[in-house]
Amino acid sequence: MGFLSLFSKPSPGVQVLPSGTLTVDRNNHILATTVSSACSQEVLQEIGDQVLTLFREARKAQLSLSELTIHFSSLKITARELRGGAIIFLAPKHSFNAAS
Amino acid sequence: MESRHKVLIVDDDSAVLELYRDLLGQLPSKPEIFTTTSGARALSMLKSEPFRLLLCDLKMPKMDGLQVLSIVRRRFPELRTVVMTAVHSEDFRSRAYALGVDLFWLKPDTQQNMEMFMQCIESLLGRDDEGGFRGVQSKSLMDLIQMECLSQSSTLLRITRGSLTGRIWISSGELIDAETDGVRGESAFRRILEWKSGTFENLPAEPGRERTITKPANALLLEAAQAMDEIAAPSTQSSDEVEQADHRKTVWRLASLSRAGADFVVSLPSGPEATAEGWGTEATQELGSWMRYALGACNKLARDLQAGSVAHLEGRSLDHQVVLLAEGERAYLVGWPSETKLAQLSEPSKQLVASWDS
Repeated sequence: MGFLSLFSKPSPGVQVLPSGTLTVDRNNHILATTVSSACSQEVLQEIGDQVLTLFREARKAQLSLSELTIHFSSLKITARELRGGAIIFLAPKHSFNAAS
Repeated sequence: MESRHKVLIVDDDSAVLELYRDLLGQLPSKPEIFTTTSGARALSMLKSEPFRLLLCDLKMPKMDGLQVLSIVRRRFPELRTVVMTAVHSEDFRSRAYALGVDLFWLKPDTQQNMEMFMQCIESLLGRDDEGGFRGVQSKSLMDLIQMECLSQSSTLLRITRGSLTGRIWISSGELIDAETDGVRGESAFRRILEWKSGTFENLPAEPGRERTITKPANALLLEAAQAMDEIAAPSTQSSDEVEQADHRKTVWRLASLSRAGADFVVSLPSGPEATAEGWGTEATQELGSWMRYALGACNKLARDLQAGSVAHLEGRSLDHQVVLLAEGERAYLVGWPSETKLAQLSEPSKQLVASWDS
């Protein structure tokens, strides 16, 4: 019955927002993560890279941040500086906690 | 390339949506039209991308139009809103205007009404952010107060600009009291007059209101107009006058900072070459560069993760808590003392920057 698949249309994929914790060292190597493996390694590296650079650039601006939180409309990223690296919490916002 | 404005129409009747999609698509400004049949879906669409105008039906199942509008007013104060309804009800009309809608419109039933409706929508889309209070287009708050005073009316004007709210009491054409953000009297009145845009409502007069303003309204309006002219047109002034106006503006801003309890504010206009301005900090340019970098990084993450728009960023350091947020065409970094609770800072930061460049 495999020939029926010839007529099926590819359905558009829905990107799931990453959820969980991610720990990276100062060189953006991922040390530990609880984020689902459905979320690609590249995405996690991208998050780690942006967060580490934000901390680094802030230090250049005489603002040594120990913690930062980015509020997107559907995701909250909280990052704590950890001896040059960072522990990053990824929390998708649902309708029941969107106000938080 | 000039971007097209986005318009969202909410109505539970899909035939009506199709009709309005076709009609509004013919407007001269060629807006992009989006439609949805539910209020909940409309709110999530508003979150995900910037819309210019929301047209909302009143009677809808699950979440009705008034519920949608009350949420929209809190979450998207800059969005222009229009109510379209077939219900002839003065109660609905006043409740909708109390929620700050720009236009309450009975669904047009004649060709002439339809043309007027289209003109109003085009005007709302085209109205720029140069100022003006909703309900009376192109009129400043000064004009509104002058009209109330000249007509010898007694009323309570409630003015809203983003998360800021001010009230002005007028009795028999005389200005008797004003209040905003914990301040009363003349200073509250001056502060409210600095807001260039927002929404206003006429509420019933409060005859027993204690009088705190004794100066005639015209004198106060004149003083405020002079101060605004000095700020708006420095080129016609001598260098001394320009210096004085700049000095007054700086003093006003530093006073706003200390009133709010904040340590510093850095304001960064959009554009790669824009220069940051700072109050209460000596590291303005460095912080401005970080703001530019942080906004770019957050927007990139938002795109890559499809996480929706960036609401704001909070940071904690040994000396300060900071909140980075955008208001209009500028980004602001507000610094607060380190002992302040970070979770409680986004709202006061929004309030502080709402009137910063008024």
